[in-house]
Amino acid sequence: MIELISQHPFAAAVLALVSLGLVFGALLGFASVKFKTEGDPIADQVESLLPQTQCGQCGYPGCRPYAEAIANGDDINKCPPGGEATIAALADLLGVEAKPLDAVEESVPSVAYIREDECIGCTKCIQACPVDAILGSAKHMHTVIASECTGCDLCVEPCPVDCIEMRPIETTLQTWHWDKPAATEDIIASDRPSAKPSAAA
Amino acid sequence: MIQIRDIHGGIHPPENKLQSLGEPIRPAGIPAQLILPLSQHIGAPAAPVVSVGDRVLKGQKIAEAKGFVSAPVHAPTSGTVVAIEPRVIPHPSGMSAPCIIINSDGQDEWVNHQGISDYTAVDKNTLISTIREAGIAGMGGAGFPSAVKLSGGQDKPIQTLILNGTECEPYITADDILMRERAGQIIAGAEILRHLIEPQETLIGIEDNKPEAIAAMRAAAEGTGIEIVSFPTKYPSGGEKQLIQILTGKEVPSGGLPSDVGIVCQNIGTAQAIYRAVNHGEPLISRVTTVTGNACGSPRNYEVLLGTPVQYLLDQSAFNASDCIRLIMGGPMMGYTLQDTAVPVVKTTNCILAPTVEELPPPPPAQACIRCGMCAEVCPVSLLPQQMYWFSRAQEHDKLEEHNLFDCIECGACSYACPSHIPLVQYYRASKAEIRQAQQDKIKAERSKERFEARQARIEREAAEKEAKRKARLEAAKARQAEAVKGDSKQDIIQAAIARSQAKKSGDADPAQAAIARAQAARNGTAVEETREEKQQRLEKLLASTTKRLAAAQEKLAQAEGNNDDNIAAFRTAVEKTSAKLAATQKELDELKSSTDGAAPTDDPAAAAIARAQAKRSGQAPAESEQEKTQRITAQIASTEKRLAAAQDKLATAKANGDDKADAFATAVTKTQEKLDALRAELAAITPTTATPATPVEDDPAAQAIARAMAARAESAGMSEREKAEKNIASLQARVEKTAAKLRAAQESGDDNAEILATSLDKMRDKLTAAEQALAALREEEN
Repeated sequence: MIELISQHPFAAAVLALVSLGLVFGALLGFASVKFKTEGDPIADQVESLLPQTQCGQCGYPGCRPYAEAIANGDDINKCPPGGEATIAALADLLGVEAKPLDAVEESVPSVAYIREDECIGCTKCIQACPVDAILGSAKHMHTVIASECTGCDLCVEPCPVDCIEMRPIETTLQTWHWDKPAATEDIIASDRPSAKPSAAA
Repeated sequence: MIQIRDIHGGIHPPENKLQSLGEPIRPAGIPAQLILPLSQHIGAPAAPVVSVGDRVLKGQKIAEAKGFVSAPVHAPTSGTVVAIEPRVIPHPSGMSAPCIIINSDGQDEWVNHQGISDYTAVDKNTLISTIREAGIAGMGGAGFPSAVKLSGGQDKPIQTLILNGTECEPYITADDILMRERAGQIIAGAEILRHLIEPQETLIGIEDNKPEAIAAMRAAAEGTGIEIVSFPTKYPSGGEKQLIQILTGKEVPSGGLPSDVGIVCQNIGTAQAIYRAVNHGEPLISRVTTVTGNACGSPRNYEVLLGTPVQYLLDQSAFNASDCIRLIMGGPMMGYTLQDTAVPVVKTTNCILAPTVEELPPPPPAQACIRCGMCAEVCPVSLLPQQMYWFSRAQEHDKLEEHNLFDCIECGACSYACPSHIPLVQYYRASKAEIRQAQQDKIKAERSKERFEARQARIEREAAEKEAKRKARLEAAKARQAEAVKGDSKQDIIQAAIARSQAKKSGDADPAQAAIARAQAARNGTAVEETREEKQQRLEKLLASTTKRLAAAQEKLAQAEGNNDDNIAAFRTAVEKTSAKLAATQKELDELKSSTDGAAPTDDPAAAAIARAQAKRSGQAPAESEQEKTQRITAQIASTEKRLAAAQDKLATAKANGDDKADAFATAVTKTQEKLDALRAELAAITPTTATPATPVEDDPAAQAIARAMAARAESAGMSEREKAEKNIASLQARVEKTAAKLRAAQESGDDNAEILATSLDKMRDKLTAAEQALAALREEEN
């Protein structure tokens, strides 16, 4: 055996490499079948970072389709409700550069409000709501379940009498919180104003 | 003797306590108006039990606790409730919250109240509910309802009861003076707490910068077994968890409560309030508050009625507004700036601080962090403030939580120690809020996702059901078609069957489409003839449904009569109509049944048509007499006219509603008109030839149709514009009248559609005027 190998070193080497390749190939092939991941794990992770407003402002019909598109290489900066925070989180997850938001401005968290005396009960907004947050029936007044409303404003456009408006969510005593100090503290000692701060400051 | 431990870090800011200790506690008096926020405690706001205009007595409950973690509110003096409305409350946000406003009458008249003379003889639950009903909430600053603390620890044995007399924050002396002047009441309150909790030891922790208070308390506690422990002054020893660590060496676990380590901690002010509530039956309606700062001419402590506006206290203290840089509620370390001096003193207000610029200068601008580590050295909770600062700036919430941000007690020691004057605590507060917000958003996003997915699933299911139904109908139609092929291979009959099935398929929901299909079939010259069986079935169905409708209508009528409703007349008409229809249907059905197969009854046009069609098909068309033909055509004209009117009506409604089907209706109308014209032409052709011998009837329907179409064209050319216009006006007038009637009805019943009706009426009137003008123009032309 050893003699045979030493007599045909080239053939022996080729044979050894080919057989190794076959073994590992079979191993990998088996593993890819045996340990196949169900679904798209990246899309799932991306989806968990999206705000789930289902507003469609990204150009996809909901957060899941956009998550799948991101997993397939779409830009991560198309989500106005998520804003910079979501872009940063997505950039972190996917290891790509964070881009500025692809919209005029971040959408302010808001809630749909139906001016109920103007509602004619056409049910068009009910059909448009992606999270079933509008209650009502034909020819009866509709109303928004504010706690379930994602503020996607998809109900505003279909209303034939324009009785739906988006109201920014107001701060209450329960939701009020301290603001972060403005990040202007990166000055050095010589920047300090020479005059003593006035009483009004 | 208890062993004193030390806590990590801590600072020694200037104490500034002596200014306000020169004078004893003085009652602040009764202000003209008291403002009582419904939420002076942690937990659910109380619910008002008085209404505007009520006279209330001192100590009367004016708002009751809502939920377990809540506390009631009592009237601090007698007076009248003048409003229950949002007012600015003492809160860092400066926002408003619901308050009960009482105008005092100066009589200070007590409500009936009675203390418990021997609390040991009373059930503990009764005692706890007494404390709860007295509205006592932690008076050290947090405002946690005391009864909750006392009733919560039943399952865990409490070894130590600690009373907090530390008062470590600069300037504040409310607890100090209370211990000096009312040590006996505090000890009595402590005895009640001991009775309730049954701890193995009771400790009262006091910092060693209050020697007089310590002496007074020691004297009062003589022989009770309550131990007064004094320990070195350091900020923030007064924090609950810090005090527990100093006195017992135990650390409250992160995110846990003192009861987890067998300890209950209460403020000494709370103990005194419990004594007043149990022994005298007095609810919590006043507290001791320090008014101090160099902008106050006479700093001192006041016994203040809850709800007293801060301005009222400042007025008594020779307050100099121009010197005061900012008004602070609480101490200089943890207090917050008040934007408004109208805010009231509440259960947690231990100090009003009015400093001058020299005393409390505004913080110099913050500089860059030099990573000196001073903040970590002073942190009483052994956190890493510097790291948290960077993470907070970078919004790294995960890292912040890993660094135990939520264990930060926001004492401000790090900010105080920072040589770069970075407002560290503000960063932590903001980051805590951000993290809480993010958690809430996450929960909401999850819920939205669930709802969205549920909706998607529902829509898919509905679509699938619809599709299945459609398929089933298609199958049925195919089966029928196959049957028709078997029965008769004639092409037009198959098409008629398809048309019928399609009409039926879409026509279930839309009678207009069915009408169109029928009209099309009619145009093709293959009028869908029902077989006898089909007709009988249809009639029977109609009969059944009409009977049902009649029953329902009668029931409604009866109901309306019972209620003496406005709609009685309408219901009665409906009943009459329905019964008329029922009779007609019944009659038709009877006739159908009685007619024999062979003899086509002359009075049933459908059967006659069937007979004719059958005869035609078998090639033995009986030559119609001229008279018969005239009759038939006249009848056809009448029915077509009726159909035309109906179609026009529908078209008008469709147009008014901006319906998609308006086009289809328009086509239908045109076609019907064409047919009518053709029929008229035929009739005209027959009438003059009545005398001449009958021309052989053409048995080719196509040729007939061509002839009819040509005749129609000729006739429509012959029909004058004026005739058309007149007809148009007549129909418009009829419609206007109808709509006006409907509008009146809608207005009377206050219907939502009244507006829509009014608009369409206006439009119709416009049309009518236009048509009339056109007619007038035509007439002029003719003349």
